[in-house]
Amino acid sequence: MDLPAFRDPKVARRLIDAIHSTFPGHPIKIMEVCGTHTVSIAKSGLRTVMPEWVTLLSGPGCPVCVTANRDIDTAIALGRLDGITLTTFGDMMKVPGSSSSLSAEKADGRDIRIVYSPLDALDLAQKDPSREVVFIAVGFETTAPLIAAALIRAHDSGISNFSVFCAHKTVPGALDALVNDPDVEVDAFMLPGHVSTIIGLSPYQFLADTYRTSGVIAGFEPVDILQAIWMLVSQLEQGRAEIEIAYRRGANADGNEHARKLMERAFEPADAEWRGIGVIPGSGLNISQEFSALDATKRFTVSVPRPREVKGCQCGDVLRGIVLPFECRLFSKACTPEHPVGPCMVSSEGSCAAYYRYTDLGKTGGADAR
Amino acid sequence: MHAEKIMLAHGSGGTLMRALVEDVFVAGLSEEALSRLDDAASLTIPGSRIAFSTDTYVVTPHFFPGGDIGRLAVCGTVNDVATSGARPLYLSMAVILEEGMAIQDLHRILESMRAAAREANVHIVTGDTKVVERGHGDGIYINTAGIGVLRPGTDLSGSYAREGDVVLLSGTLGDHGITIISCREGLGFEADISSDAAPLAEMCAAVLEAAPDTRCFRDPTRGGLASALNEIATASNVPITVKEADVPVKPQVKGASEMLGYDVFQVANEGKMAAIVPEEQAEAALAAMRGAPYGSDAAIIGRVAGNMPGRVYVETAFGATRIMDMLVGEQLPRIC
Repeated sequence: MDLPAFRDPKVARRLIDAIHSTFPGHPIKIMEVCGTHTVSIAKSGLRTVMPEWVTLLSGPGCPVCVTANRDIDTAIALGRLDGITLTTFGDMMKVPGSSSSLSAEKADGRDIRIVYSPLDALDLAQKDPSREVVFIAVGFETTAPLIAAALIRAHDSGISNFSVFCAHKTVPGALDALVNDPDVEVDAFMLPGHVSTIIGLSPYQFLADTYRTSGVIAGFEPVDILQAIWMLVSQLEQGRAEIEIAYRRGANADGNEHARKLMERAFEPADAEWRGIGVIPGSGLNISQEFSALDATKRFTVSVPRPREVKGCQCGDVLRGIVLPFECRLFSKACTPEHPVGPCMVSSEGSCAAYYRYTDLGKTGGADAR
Repeated sequence: MHAEKIMLAHGSGGTLMRALVEDVFVAGLSEEALSRLDDAASLTIPGSRIAFSTDTYVVTPHFFPGGDIGRLAVCGTVNDVATSGARPLYLSMAVILEEGMAIQDLHRILESMRAAAREANVHIVTGDTKVVERGHGDGIYINTAGIGVLRPGTDLSGSYAREGDVVLLSGTLGDHGITIISCREGLGFEADISSDAAPLAEMCAAVLEAAPDTRCFRDPTRGGLASALNEIATASNVPITVKEADVPVKPQVKGASEMLGYDVFQVANEGKMAAIVPEEQAEAALAAMRGAPYGSDAAIIGRVAGNMPGRVYVETAFGATRIMDMLVGEQLPRIC
């Protein structure tokens, strides 16, 4: 699908001018919590056309980046069991766990395959009943309904050699943790369009009501993002704190009830460990009782040693917007896309990778950062 | 040739192999030099400077919209030779066949190589066949090497770009890479897109004729335009800035790239040429490119200019800039 209107340079120019002339009286920090926003902002060079007083921060929106070492180690341990075929989204392959990665495991001869959908993994299980096919489920509310659909289909059609290792997370819980974190300074949130397509507007309302923090649900084209930034600076300039939608073609206030019903049936809320943030109560999804036979952690027993975090890696601080990627001492020195230390440099949606790939900072190591 | 599948005996040097070579390869490629079945070809090469290149082709699927592994094996090496400014003349081919490969498919691949060689005006003059056990290959691997002749005075290099030079691209980006990934993964885009695999020696010759001070050509294959331009920026120690709005990309390719999370600048092409030419010869070079086969969508896409030497920048339509970075590792589809 081509979306010329959302890329129209004239519209973009007008929005950039509007943002520049809506100074709220103090410098502001806007955090986006979606990996697709991170990439779109970097790839379209939006930071280079922002006023001095706007800082665009990347939050914990890259599903791969926020996946805890413990979860990656567990997935790797599952993959080492005899007879198991691990299936995963491509992004997860290169992310380092405590001592290995799925890519390294695959090179070592484990059966690990990239799929585009959990339903592909289910097909694989059907085609080869001699293998136990385990799908590694990471992501937010955008992908969770698909996993739910796969669980329901496996259950209904009695496919017994398919299971899911569920490390799913939900966005509102992370936002709650961020606004309550004394180290995090954020004036407004750019909210994820795709996630909102599913969950609607109300799960964010607490930001405005309880914390007087503005939020705008944004689409992913440069013009979508500029419109959201303009709506956010307007709220701040007018002293408002509301949750608004700048992505009407993709999200509405109610979200997608059908998708939520699927999720409610297949999952139950659980505490989840986020890399760099720690355990956030109620911010993850476990497989529900009804489908517990399809829960890989119940079907297989693996022992995972205490996860090891890499010394000096500041991904946790980067994910909370406390340091910018180039402020990490490892950035572009010990940690590059070729030799990544932390997940924010590995994932295509990681903010360190985005800074490294799309700005001069990758080469200068932050020397000319403004 | 009665067998339908490749057997190990086809590589054993005996009568079956002889039959394979004569009935399938020699007959399929219809090259006079091959039909003599000598161990080496003797060639006449005009002039004294030659360009020599080799490449190996392992693509799957073997057949895809717009081409097949055979067409790639001819075009890829022809284009590698052509980037030096040489006129390609002769190719060698060596194939590694996997036991069990359908001989019918081999016929199709050789027919396609014959047609591509004819189109590129090159001769396949020597070859080799090996057969490996089932499970030790992917049906067929093809290596080709090519020899071309350089006109006196032709001297192109990625290290010759100068500030102020102009960047040309011969057509739309990403067609081949997106076609292949779509076929491989059953994504269904291949209904609207086909590989651009094509020989470009004639185009390069036309550009050199029109713009004799052309600095260099690059065919943006694996790693895409991003690798090609970054190599030039580094080798010449100059910045390069590409205007995003001026880069031809088919809407289907753009849409598919975005869906997969690919950067279209990093997606492979097999029938495109990038050129760096001095500003005063840019219009002539562009006209020559557009007038050559496969060049009708050619465009001036950027300049040798920008902030830091050695870097490649993309200027977006509304005036923002970013880096055009090189692919790191494999291209992996993203989560959502």
